[in-house]
Amino acid sequence: MSDGKQDETPVDSTPREPEGAAGEPDAGSDQPSRAQSVLREILESSTLVVIMAIVASLAIGGLLILFADEEVREAATYFFSRPSDTFQAMGDALGGAYAAMFNGAVLNLNANDFAGLIKPFTQTLTMATPLIFAGLGLGIGFRAGLFNIGAQGQLLIGATLGAYVGFAWHLPWGIHLLVAVLGCALGGAVWGFIPGVLKAKTGAHEVIVTIMLNYIALNLVAWLLTLDTFQRPDSNNPISPIVDETAQYPLILGSEFNLHLGFLLALACAWGVWWLMERSTLGFEFRAVGANPRAARTAGMNVSKAYILVMTIAGALAGLAGSAQVLGTEKVLTTATAGSLGFDAITVALLGRSRPVGTVMAAILFGGLRAAGPTLQVQAGLPVDIVFVIQALIVLFIAAPPLVRSIFRLPAPAHEKEVAA
Amino acid sequence: MSTTAVDTATAPGSGSDAVPRTKSWRATIGLGIVAALSLLVFGLGTPAGVQTTFTVSSSTDFITLPSITVPAKAAAVTLSIIALLLVGWVAYRANQYRKVGIWLPIVFGMVVMGALLTWAGADRSGTTIQLTGLLTSALFLAVPLVFGALAGTLCERSGIINIAIEGQLLAGAFLAALVASAVGNAYVGLIAAPIAGGIVGWLLAVFSTKYWVNQIVVGVVLNLLVLGLTSFFFSTVMSDNPELNQPLNMPDLAIPLLSGIPVIGPVLFDQNLLVYIMYAAVIVIQIMLFRSRWGLRVRAVGEHPKAADTVGIKVNRTRVRNTVLGGAVAGLGGAFFTVASGLAFGKEMTAGKGYIALAAMILGRWSPKGALAAALLFGFADALRVQLGIIGSDIPSQFLAMTPYLATIFAVAGLVGHSRPPAAEGIPYKK
Repeated sequence: MSDGKQDETPVDSTPREPEGAAGEPDAGSDQPSRAQSVLREILESSTLVVIMAIVASLAIGGLLILFADEEVREAATYFFSRPSDTFQAMGDALGGAYAAMFNGAVLNLNANDFAGLIKPFTQTLTMATPLIFAGLGLGIGFRAGLFNIGAQGQLLIGATLGAYVGFAWHLPWGIHLLVAVLGCALGGAVWGFIPGVLKAKTGAHEVIVTIMLNYIALNLVAWLLTLDTFQRPDSNNPISPIVDETAQYPLILGSEFNLHLGFLLALACAWGVWWLMERSTLGFEFRAVGANPRAARTAGMNVSKAYILVMTIAGALAGLAGSAQVLGTEKVLTTATAGSLGFDAITVALLGRSRPVGTVMAAILFGGLRAAGPTLQVQAGLPVDIVFVIQALIVLFIAAPPLVRSIFRLPAPAHEKEVAA
Repeated sequence: MSTTAVDTATAPGSGSDAVPRTKSWRATIGLGIVAALSLLVFGLGTPAGVQTTFTVSSSTDFITLPSITVPAKAAAVTLSIIALLLVGWVAYRANQYRKVGIWLPIVFGMVVMGALLTWAGADRSGTTIQLTGLLTSALFLAVPLVFGALAGTLCERSGIINIAIEGQLLAGAFLAALVASAVGNAYVGLIAAPIAGGIVGWLLAVFSTKYWVNQIVVGVVLNLLVLGLTSFFFSTVMSDNPELNQPLNMPDLAIPLLSGIPVIGPVLFDQNLLVYIMYAAVIVIQIMLFRSRWGLRVRAVGEHPKAADTVGIKVNRTRVRNTVLGGAVAGLGGAFFTVASGLAFGKEMTAGKGYIALAAMILGRWSPKGALAAALLFGFADALRVQLGIIGSDIPSQFLAMTPYLATIFAVAGLVGHSRPPAAEGIPYKK
């Protein structure tokens, strides 16, 4: 995890040193003590803002849970005669919800054996896998100054191609999985290439084009699933046959857990993206184009080529997110394969500040929220939608550090950082 | 988003708006392909010697017109040739370095749609194309798109990108259903809906102008937030208390005399209150935006905020007000889904209409009348999908559902017309 430090240092600390000293007229007379400056460093850090944003979002989520809870509302009707009932009900509702979240996403304390205990966390990692892939791709785009809203469509087209290879071709073990995974990447790459080339050649805004391509992809897949080639022979529903076992990601912790090889591939991709963005010439060009396309052009970089490449790579990664669905967890192609993954991946990339390590962490956090969904439903009787509310709130708070600082009365940093991209 | 603004300005062919010195053949090529396809598929693809019947009025109308039956092949070929002639006009204007008006894509779209209808309805004894019904449902389906596109226009003219139209529609639909059910009167929903949309707009405005968060990010996240919140309350509060989510209906109000006109009458003047509000909204916003002092100021803020600030216009205050207003307009459009359609609220019921509204705004070149035209075209495509499903056409409904999105991509890529957003769009104004 040394890379985390590598990419943080040039961004925050360099400009902060001189301005931080100048911005403290009170401490000017005598040198601030080391402890004080360390404390200040911690309070100003973006990590604290991230944690506080998560706390604030969980708190607001808690308010919603209270509002929606039948017993709380009932007890509140006679609040002034017996307020203790209301608080009791509130405590029950909140405690139940947060306990269900913990049991569903981290460790299941009700389990009888070790496997049952850790199963929720492996489920979290499984859920995080597609988010890591797609979030990495979107992160590259954000750093190159491109707002790719199209992970949804890229994922779906990738999943379509990969699933087709998975159930229609019958290749030997090993090769089949490889070809299917490449198929996913290729499908996504094609769907990413289109907005990239339109942006580079005609200046068409990638946000609009990618949004439109999402819906085109959805309709295209809906149509494909009515054809004999894609539709399951024994079904009238728009659902594909199950992909061959040879094309499925092997389960890495045995058949008891759903965690599959795709997770390791996602981590490998995270390392690859880090290398691309921080160590390669191409990555430097991407970042330069993102920082200032005009300057990059003046410096002799091919901005058009960068746009096309960024979108193609982002599309390929989103396609791999599709592989986590069709070759990993779901094993079939439906129109719901993409779910809301494409949009969730945007929040993952934003929360991870478009850096690979951050993206992996953010994906695990949101994967945990998703994994907690079914448990919340069963144990606490809460609809899974609360998870999406919390997720959106986290990103909203993180996007506006001044807001979080004003809520928690944190000191403003001497150097205000730009948020994502 | 400053990067994209810079980039489009330097891209070939788009920075030379005042004096186009380069001949742009994109529109010619784009429309030419569509017209040629129309001739090949609809014109020559229709079998000879069969007929298509269009029904224009139902027997209950004040004046009944006979059904129109045309020889299918001749009609489809003729319409396709008209489309090709329109392409010829575009080419002629392009050769003179001039652009064509917004009427051309509209007429072109109608002609091609006509060819498509003739082709689809050919040789189907017993089934006819219900022209009046088709147009009525086209207008009705266009309602949320028109409101959404108007909202987008209001926000973007002041320099705020409104991706949150989807969320504003959904919030409006939700609160309209909730309040109308609680009160027991559908019309109360029309008052509640803009409030919900306005709140979403206000959040967008605050995050964009006060915290300078990227407006696209806020928009996308607000959409997710509203989706989560409405789904959550739908599954908890509304399902625990079904009386808070009832299907309420708003009756159609036929305007005397006007609704008696054949075809146009029932289509335009026999609709419910929300549709009449839509007519008013388009006219008022069109005039206010381009003919009033307020509109001039709004556009100045969207094009060159520094200049606007220099002459004493409060840039950020204007942006906040416009975004709240825009959100309210979109919220009102959200009422379409629940109280104006006689439906109860359902999870995710806007189903991406907000994004189509965004597309309509772009295709309509950031003007209310353009937005109306584009939204009607999209509404027509949607109505056509339903109608072709009824008559059992071979053309997959998914392809018709795609047309609005494809048209938008063509538009932003400059193949159809020329779209240029307000110059300062998406850039926070910092003094």
